[in-house]
Amino acid sequence: MENFTPIASLIGGILIGISASAMLLFNGKITGISGIVAGLLSPTKSDTLWRATFVAGLVAGGLILKLLSPQGFEIGVVRSGNAFAFAGLLVGFGARLGSGCTSGHGVCGISRLSMRSIVATVTFIATGAAAVYIVNHLLGGGL
Amino acid sequence: MKALLISFVSGGVFAVGLGIGGMTQPAKVIGFLDFAGSWDPSLAIVMIGAIAVHSVLYRVIRNRPSPLFSPTFSLPTRTDIDARLVGGAALFGVGWGLAGFCPGPVLTSLVSGNLPAVIFVVAMIAGMYLYKLIEVLRLRQADAKNKSTASRLVASASPVRRSHDDY
Repeated sequence: MENFTPIASLIGGILIGISASAMLLFNGKITGISGIVAGLLSPTKSDTLWRATFVAGLVAGGLILKLLSPQGFEIGVVRSGNAFAFAGLLVGFGARLGSGCTSGHGVCGISRLSMRSIVATVTFIATGAAAVYIVNHLLGGGL
Repeated sequence: MKALLISFVSGGVFAVGLGIGGMTQPAKVIGFLDFAGSWDPSLAIVMIGAIAVHSVLYRVIRNRPSPLFSPTFSLPTRTDIDARLVGGAALFGVGWGLAGFCPGPVLTSLVSGNLPAVIFVVAMIAGMYLYKLIEVLRLRQADAKNKSTASRLVASASPVRRSHDDY
């Protein structure tokens, strides 16, 4: 537990909760990042702009973070480009097939006490933990 | 216009929250998933903080007849647990555990100068496209089947489900 950052992570989580609540209060939208991005792949006139501006906001927020604390983007694990590509493919495909990701199911869905989201979150934490177990404890930590 | 400003600022606040919470560092995400190693509970604290705020505000906001800048709330309505939900979440989890990235943090990292984040985003969008492609083919097949059944039975074919709830 030597890397545990409880205070910073609590503040970060509160900001995420405020962001998701603002999207619901003002725009009536659920803040599910994979759904927001996937919606951009099938553009419709009424729907594309708010999705694009949300993603632009995410990237802009990343730019601010980069300027304030570049160490916040440390990868910290050994992975090849191919490993990142394979993982990205699984995350993109899996998020669509499973109707959501960590934000949509893990934050918004659990907050609404959606049984689908609770099942999805338990499932992806379980398979994520299994993948990490294999990489870290059977394959020596790198990919 | 006001709604778009809210989207942009919310995206920014979401990204800053992820960064402060440590979620833009794949090692911290993998540290949370490494229950057999030196476990880092930070991700759980991020989720607890976000859920604590949103679960309360969600109930307050849902008491309103409508959102402030939009005529209606767009909320998922499905409640069934099916194989697609569990299978999709399972695949998602494997990718998440392998790289330590999921969609929000990796988009936040897009301009960080990390090549892995760029590779991951391109592959993630390819994965979403692949899903869309398979879905289109599947629905086309189901439509064709429905039509032939309908012409035989001279009955209205059951509508094919076009989408399931989007997060």
